[in-house]
Amino acid sequence: MRKQYYSLIDETLYSAKLENGLSVYLLPRADMSKAYGIFTTNYGSIDRTFIPIEQKEKITVPDGVAHFLEHKLFEKEDRDVFTDFSNYGASVNAYTSFSKTAYLFSATNQIEKNVEILLDFVQDPYFSDASVEKEKGIIAQEIKMYDDQPNWRSFMGTIQALFHSHPITIDIAGTVESISSITKEDLYTCYNTFYHPENMILFIAGRFDVEDMFDLIQQNQAKKTFPTFTAIAQEYPDEPQYVKIKEKVINMPVSVPKCTVGIKESTQRLKGEAFLKKDLLKTMLLEHYFAQGGDCFEMLYDAQLIDDSFSFQSTLDKNYGYSLISSNTENPELFAQKVTECLMSLQKQNMTEEAIERMKRKKIGQLLRSMNSLEYIANNYIHYTLQGIDFFKMIPAIQAISRDDIDHFLQNWITEERLAVCTIMPQ
Amino acid sequence: MIREREYIYDINGYSLHIVPTKKFKTIHLVAKFKAPLNREDITKRALIPYLLVQGTIHYPTRKDLEEKLDDLYGSVLTADSSKKGNEHIISVRFDMANEKFVKSNTLFQDALRLFSEIIFKPHINNGAFPTKIFQREKMTLKRKIEAVVDDKMTYANMRLIEEMCANERYRMPAHGFGEDLDGLTSQSVYQYYQEMLSKDGLDLYVVGDVEQDDIVELFSNHLKREIFKSNHIDKDIEEQIITRDKEKMIVEYQDIQQAKLHMGYRTSLTFRDKLYPALHVFNGLFGAFPSSKLFINVREKNSLAYYAASRIESHKGLLFVFSGIAPEDYTAAKVIIDEQLKAMQAGDFTENDIQKTKELIINQIKETFDHPQGIIELLYQQVVGKADLSPQNLLEAIRQVTKQDIIRVAQAIQLDTVYLLTKEGVEIDA
Repeated sequence: MRKQYYSLIDETLYSAKLENGLSVYLLPRADMSKAYGIFTTNYGSIDRTFIPIEQKEKITVPDGVAHFLEHKLFEKEDRDVFTDFSNYGASVNAYTSFSKTAYLFSATNQIEKNVEILLDFVQDPYFSDASVEKEKGIIAQEIKMYDDQPNWRSFMGTIQALFHSHPITIDIAGTVESISSITKEDLYTCYNTFYHPENMILFIAGRFDVEDMFDLIQQNQAKKTFPTFTAIAQEYPDEPQYVKIKEKVINMPVSVPKCTVGIKESTQRLKGEAFLKKDLLKTMLLEHYFAQGGDCFEMLYDAQLIDDSFSFQSTLDKNYGYSLISSNTENPELFAQKVTECLMSLQKQNMTEEAIERMKRKKIGQLLRSMNSLEYIANNYIHYTLQGIDFFKMIPAIQAISRDDIDHFLQNWITEERLAVCTIMPQ
Repeated sequence: MIREREYIYDINGYSLHIVPTKKFKTIHLVAKFKAPLNREDITKRALIPYLLVQGTIHYPTRKDLEEKLDDLYGSVLTADSSKKGNEHIISVRFDMANEKFVKSNTLFQDALRLFSEIIFKPHINNGAFPTKIFQREKMTLKRKIEAVVDDKMTYANMRLIEEMCANERYRMPAHGFGEDLDGLTSQSVYQYYQEMLSKDGLDLYVVGDVEQDDIVELFSNHLKREIFKSNHIDKDIEEQIITRDKEKMIVEYQDIQQAKLHMGYRTSLTFRDKLYPALHVFNGLFGAFPSSKLFINVREKNSLAYYAASRIESHKGLLFVFSGIAPEDYTAAKVIIDEQLKAMQAGDFTENDIQKTKELIINQIKETFDHPQGIIELLYQQVVGKADLSPQNLLEAIRQVTKQDIIRVAQAIQLDTVYLLTKEGVEIDA
């Protein structure tokens, strides 16, 4: 086990790579009441075309399998895993994103027992024809619930305008139609390929004893056997730099139109420093110009084009990246035009030294604040470590950003061919 | 066990609550203004938190204010309004990095001065909030109110409460009424703000790695409420008791895929009651967790819903059940939900179920103490509930709850209103 102390944030992290390939991270925090454990596979909804483990032929699985699999891992032949956790006072959850599937729990006591349950239920699948059939009704309800949510429709709509054929254009849960064709064989194929320990990370944060915890994890894993891991051969379609549709309109029953301007940030795999720089600069600059008090925000607000539903978000992951700026607005056309103008004008911006310092301070403060949450730390550590970045070294990375970095980034950030607009209009 | 202690001081016209803890890398300040829900004032009160974050006497525009916050290491200022029982609460929240992580020794004091200014010294022109800002914020609130209909779950909750409590103060939504907004002037809202400063109950919370003596001294010097009547208003808000012989049924139609079946019950139990801890355990068994009866029976056994859960309202004595169902499954879902309450009333649960549920609730309360805002909200329950029941004592009381207590709670619960939001063309036999 490797121990590292990070003095700037006063955190100590223990890590190890086990014999079976599993990466383990332990972050003890004796002052917290709870512990949070997350077991993540580097497998999400975009991983749909690949060569299954120990096979030769490339296949494409039905849309929504990763998410379906996540639901079904909770059901065992004789019981429901929710009950296992609640027997030990823990609450459990899971999520599937474009790039990852994660199983997580939090508890204030019996942490070791709960970690064991987490490892065992994820590593012991039981899928049957009957239970796969039954799940289709529940997931169909989930899909329909999302279909009624303007925010979700607008999010997916923008992604589908930005990207041509990248699988992030496909809904994570699939469609009612695509999930109807899922079989238990599909689930086993994906499970065996992507849930190998080599493709997974375990992170435990909070109140527990490090030595005992590590022994438990090691012993638990030593008892299980897995086939030899070979790198998973995956395929993603070629994705151009420019957007697919400049303007997309979706009609649904809403009272106020909702408009989103999307920036196609990336279509290729970035690693390490290149990833981190892009990731930091685009989020810091969006914050600087589009958060309350920022020039673009104030302009939109004064023109009464936005209300408190205004928001922006930015993601950079495996081989894709996007930023979205969105609001309910009575005048979606003008909103889109003004946001676009503001983005285009950033190329010529010359930030003052004070503004740069303020921007950095803000980011550092945000980071410290988010580190109050064990969930945030664990989730982000995993996210960044998969990109070859040490999340705990983020503060020095922010401090090291230079004026040249900013100028260079601003000059290349926004081009018209990478902007798209998606509008939700009342029917 | 909850290790954090709350220290309370009555100074400068407010109650100062200090919770020292080493859990966080930030320090959190929250001011809570509290007054009875009142049809005349509610929309003004809903507007005030938005106005307070627009500028202060020294930082008159939002841009000035936001730049100052960024200088203070990205301090975050938010304000909102909410209701608890029969009271309306305005919360102003300010949090900052702990000085030790950013190598500053004036950050806290600068932040406290700014916080005081935000609450007591907003940007004012000729005895009113600046007209342009006022008009803009009015519009923002109006849109927020109008947008509720697009979030079906929130909308269904709001409609259920409006129907269920049609003749009670609790019907009023915390964000006020759209129809009031046109009639409000910047002067009238400013006048109300002055009234609020002098009459509301005011509680200030500080959570973080702090020394309580330093905090008391800094607050004594930098945060003063100038005019106030009394900070201790112990009188209960009068209210008639509503009972129904038969439940009220409301069906509404919209163009939606998934129907929302939301149901309102009366528990006649509040934070102050001896059986309040038992109500928590009841709710845990009935619908608060994935292991609860509602989730297991409505979702898992019958695949009828994606979500099915219950929640208690602690200060008025209400219980709500929420479910998202296929429109044609209304009758089946309603029958199963009714059966789950009957099963609770008949004591159809084991000692083992009780034990497990207690652990889940205790776990949840302890976990809430790992979040700064969670700590403050839990502690504030005692102010609103006008009762001494610290979270630690609540935990212990939950451990003592017996099966008989839970059955008593269950038997007193009465269904009041059923609200169904569904799509046109589906048969309802209500």
